[in-house]
Amino acid sequence: MLTLVGEDRPGIVARVTAALTQAGCNLGEASMIRLGGSFTIMLMVSGEGSTADLEGVLAPVATELGLRFHLDPAGGGLHRHLVPNIQVRVMGADRAGIVAAVTGALAQTGFNILELESDVAGDAEQPVYIMQIQGCSEQTVEALREAVSGLRSQGIAVDIAPVETLIG
Amino acid sequence: MVRDILKLPDERLKQVSTEVVRFDAALRFAIAELEETRLAGPAAVGIAAPQIGWFERVVIVDVSTKKGVANHGHLILVNPEIEHWEGYDIGREGCLSVPDYTGNVIRATRIRLTAQAPDGAPLSFEMEGFEARAIQHELDHLDGTLFVDRVVSRRTDLFQRKVYANKGAAKSAAKPGAGSGA
Repeated sequence: MLTLVGEDRPGIVARVTAALTQAGCNLGEASMIRLGGSFTIMLMVSGEGSTADLEGVLAPVATELGLRFHLDPAGGGLHRHLVPNIQVRVMGADRAGIVAAVTGALAQTGFNILELESDVAGDAEQPVYIMQIQGCSEQTVEALREAVSGLRSQGIAVDIAPVETLIG
Repeated sequence: MVRDILKLPDERLKQVSTEVVRFDAALRFAIAELEETRLAGPAAVGIAAPQIGWFERVVIVDVSTKKGVANHGHLILVNPEIEHWEGYDIGREGCLSVPDYTGNVIRATRIRLTAQAPDGAPLSFEMEGFEARAIQHELDHLDGTLFVDRVVSRRTDLFQRKVYANKGAAKSAAKPGAGSGA
C-alpha cells in the first residue's frame, strides 16, 4: 500500500503512476483526494520488485514534487468489495468530538465503516461539519437510529438510511 | 437455456438495440431464456436483452422481491419508452455485466412508461423510486449505456442535493423505502 501526501499541484498522479508503470507495477484500488491544500494518495500497488526497489523508483519523483510517501506490505487483494447497506449522514456545528461521538455510537452496534468522507462547510465564523459514512450493519435501521438518538441533544443531526443496491 | 452474460469490456454492450416487430413464438422463447438467465445469476431485479447478446428492445424487471418497495410485479417490457421523467435521486447500482463494482447514479424518481406486452398489447405504467430506477437502468442497456457511464462522485454530490431534495415535491412524493438512498 502506497501512502503519499504533498502540497497539491497539477501532475502528481500522472508523475507518480508513470514512475510505477515504468517500473512494471500494477495499480489496483485507490483513493486519491485533495484534503486542505494537500493532495493525498492511498494506492494498491503490486509488482515483482521489493519495497526498497519501489522506494528507489518513487524517490526521484517525490523529491522533485515535494511529496512524502510510505510503503507498507499489504495483505488482501482485489475483488474483495463489501457492498454497503447503510448510509449515515451527519451534520452539525463544527466542534471537537463529532466523529468520535457518531462512530462510537455506531461501533457499539457492530457497524462496519467501509467509507467515510467529511468536510467542513460554512465559513470561518460558523463552520459546519458534514460527514457521510457508508457501511455494513446487521442491525435494523430503527436500531441504528436508536443508537445515535442521543446525539441530537448535542446538536449533531444524524440521518440513517438504508442503501438498497440495485443489480440489473 | 441459461445464456452467457456479456460483460465489460465487451463492445457489444454499447450497441443500440432494435425495435421488436414480430410478436411470435421466437420472441416468447427468447424472453423465456432471458428470464432464466436473470434468475440463474446473482439476485438481479432486472435484465435487458443485450446483456445476453440479443439486440432487441426487451427488458424484464421485477422489484417485488424487495420489501417495502412500490412495484408493479413481474414485468416483461417490449419496446419500452419513458415518456416523462420527474425528480432525481442518487442510488447505488451494480450490474450483471459489470461484476464486483457498484457506484452511485442519479436517476429520475418518477417516470411514465409505455411498452408492449410479449403479445404486442400496449402497456403503460407510472412508477417511482426503486422500480423507476430499475427501469431506467435496464432501458439504458437498450441504448448501449451502462450505469458505469453515469456514475457520479460520492464526494461531490451529495449532501446538499439530498437536503434540497428532501424539501422538494419530488422527494416527498416518493414512498418511504422506495428510494435507494445512497
